[in-house]
Amino acid sequence: MATLTINGTSVSIPQGALLLRAVEEAGITLPTLCHHDALAPYGACRLCLVMIIAPYRALVASCTYPVEEGLVVQTHAPEAVQARRLTLEALMSRCPRSDVISKMAEREGVTASRFGMPSSGNADELCVLCGLCVRVCRDLIGAAAIEFIGRGSERRVGAPFNMHSDACIGCGACAEVCPTGAIRMEDRGNQRILQAWNTCITLSACPECGRFFAPEPTRFLKDMFPEIKACWNVCPECRRQKTSRQWLNAGQKTD
Amino acid sequence: MTIRSHADLKNLREDGISLLRPERPRICVGMATCGLVAGAGAVFEAIREAGKTYGMDIVLVSTGCIGCCQQEPVVDVYMPGLGRVLYARMTSEDGQKLITALSVSEFPGEHALAVIPEAGSVAPKGMGILSRLPLISELPFYAKQHKIILRNSGLINPESIGEYAAVGGYQGLSRALWGLSPREVIDEITRSGLRGLGGGGFPTGKKWEVCSRAAGTARYIICNADEGNPGAYMDRTILESDPYAVIEGMTIGGYAIGASQGYVYVRNEYPLAIKRIRHAIEQSEALGLLGEDILGSGFSFSIDVVRGAGAFVCGEETALIASMEGGLGEPRARPPYPAIKGLWGQPTIINNVKTLASVSAIVAQGADWYAGIGTDGNAETVVFSLVGKIANTGLVEAPLGLTLNEMIHEIGGGGLDGRRVKAVQTGGPAGGCIPADLFHLPIDYSSLSQAASIMRSGGMVVMDEETCMVDVARYFLSFTIEESCGKCTPCREGARHMVEILTRIIEGKAGPGDLAMLEEVALWVKGASLCGLGQTAPNPVLSTLRYFRDEYDAHVNEKRCPSGVCRALIRLAIVPERCTGCGLCLRECPVGAVSGEKKQPHSIDAALCTRCRTCYEICPEGAVEIVR
Repeated sequence: MATLTINGTSVSIPQGALLLRAVEEAGITLPTLCHHDALAPYGACRLCLVMIIAPYRALVASCTYPVEEGLVVQTHAPEAVQARRLTLEALMSRCPRSDVISKMAEREGVTASRFGMPSSGNADELCVLCGLCVRVCRDLIGAAAIEFIGRGSERRVGAPFNMHSDACIGCGACAEVCPTGAIRMEDRGNQRILQAWNTCITLSACPECGRFFAPEPTRFLKDMFPEIKACWNVCPECRRQKTSRQWLNAGQKTD
Repeated sequence: MTIRSHADLKNLREDGISLLRPERPRICVGMATCGLVAGAGAVFEAIREAGKTYGMDIVLVSTGCIGCCQQEPVVDVYMPGLGRVLYARMTSEDGQKLITALSVSEFPGEHALAVIPEAGSVAPKGMGILSRLPLISELPFYAKQHKIILRNSGLINPESIGEYAAVGGYQGLSRALWGLSPREVIDEITRSGLRGLGGGGFPTGKKWEVCSRAAGTARYIICNADEGNPGAYMDRTILESDPYAVIEGMTIGGYAIGASQGYVYVRNEYPLAIKRIRHAIEQSEALGLLGEDILGSGFSFSIDVVRGAGAFVCGEETALIASMEGGLGEPRARPPYPAIKGLWGQPTIINNVKTLASVSAIVAQGADWYAGIGTDGNAETVVFSLVGKIANTGLVEAPLGLTLNEMIHEIGGGGLDGRRVKAVQTGGPAGGCIPADLFHLPIDYSSLSQAASIMRSGGMVVMDEETCMVDVARYFLSFTIEESCGKCTPCREGARHMVEILTRIIEGKAGPGDLAMLEEVALWVKGASLCGLGQTAPNPVLSTLRYFRDEYDAHVNEKRCPSGVCRALIRLAIVPERCTGCGLCLRECPVGAVSGEKKQPHSIDAALCTRCRTCYEICPEGAVEIVR
């Protein structure tokens, strides 16, 4: 365990844990867009910056900083507050229509952005390039259907060549994890549409309940896990019920 | 042949010496990229043809860069028993004339720059024309230089391992592998005081020490040759001119940290450097200086070349690793540092080309020798590329502690065309601009950082009174944002807003709050960015705001560009008294803005004029003026 001081309060937390977690332990909420507990530290949005004042002075992103014994941290040091405010102003200018950003900014005391609209800007932009969608698709789902394209201010997220993605399994994790609602997933009849990726997945009706689901992209699971062969063509909900029933029955038999 | 003993190494050396000092004339043409673009290829061919015509028995060799890039193409001529002369600014015709003179055992006087001292020549400077020439060490450009990293550049054939051995190569490697334990090698580097010469300035010995103690199943050493600063080309030159020194340094490093695999990460825009380093690796493998059981010591080490795909940010070590692993070339947060968790998650050392070239010299000559160079606490020599509006451009290697004045006015020969030097930008696009009144400062890490600049890779861009500092700040910042990966918000969004503000200032559209806003945003980008690229990108803006505030104020408040550069704020006009009506500007003006009768004073229509300055530059009478 490491003991550190955050805004004057002493916090104990396992050695090597992220500073952001320690800050939360101390009961302080910092804004963050790119951090997710299920994903590796990334440090892109720079909203969770805090000031370390001892044993050295440094402005660090708490979501990537491993705690050390004896750190003294101030989350509201002038440098940290100023940096967070400017980051929010920049994000407001990038995504003027995002309610998530403007509410987050309001909590930090920013009501308007002094940056104008970016000259080549799209007023409907909602993506803050936090990379959660890219990382969840690659690191947790294992599909790696989307990636960053371009660099610097040209950076955006998309499927290769902006064309329909064959790698996308239509799981919707990207839409689920997106903090600003920039990715929408829509089921229309037997089509699942992920407009942001120009991708459309054909759905099948579940023979048990009639709900649409997307079995085709996950056909490989049948070979990987022979035990689901019997139920792979039913929807995830029915599959869950079926398998739990199987286990329940199996358990009763052994008893 | 495999080198396994002192005797083998001695044989290799002797072979090299016979190549370097043959019984017949040896002519070396500087054919690094700087020489080739100046026409060295044609000079080389002309000399070869002329040699054939005269039936002369000569050794014609292509070497690397000797440093004085201003003087390219450079030809170094050795005549056994007579001496050695360096010729500058050669053409194909000069090459033929050279052979004509050499055929009667004479050095021609034309284009002769200096004498390179040779042991065993008749007199220190020789006879005839040689006695009238300065020694190379007496040339102002070379007088204050001290070459360690560039010790062999331009002097040996970069494709001959024997020549490298003849000038002291492999002394370091053989000393390390035959006489020192890995720990002793690290101690040697630590005691020498060597610091990373790629810009970070982190003590190399300490980095190696951390890596050697870190847990891992494998260790790697990477040579960072992803050089990308505008105006800096020392890493390219070293790989093109002396690749063996880098390979030797890497092998020593690999031995010290316990790595068996090394990589040279070099940008694909450097085809000649790639060709030469690959050739050098093959030659080393053939002689058992790379591969299994090097020098019979039991230590095995191999090196592969990895080509970078042209992203500036991949010079940052974590981005470099990401790119080598096949991912996007993007930095990640440190810690963990690569020395603990680097390539494929294993302890990895990333050293710059210059650092590794120094390592081979340090282990050969000992830590005490190296520690004795330079000022206290600054033990190393650094390579600077001196470019911009300066008389002598080129690669300069000097110990730290030399003042900017010595660098710019003595070595560099002062401003171009006698104009006054106003500032120097050190450290590449991420460095700051240091004004002329601080040129008494010594060039070292602490002085430069106090002056709001950095040492970094050693780029030095000299600016004179015709350079607008606001324009310069925008130029460098535009370069950095082009190269920003876009991962973190401050660097991606903030730097773009800074360029927008600077553009308003340059176009005369800035308001009173813009300078304060520019400074505020610059400090945010510097403090909040994820990696070194973003953290240093605002330096050109912050340093020019600090030292050249008056120029910013003139742009914002008076809508005036004091240097006469910013197009929206200047006007071109013809002074009637000086105009002879020759009509040159009238013919050359791309937009037809000049009018006037023959032999009568002409005039410029300000409404049509785009301020391209063509007329200003071509007028033979100097009659076109920039109205500021």
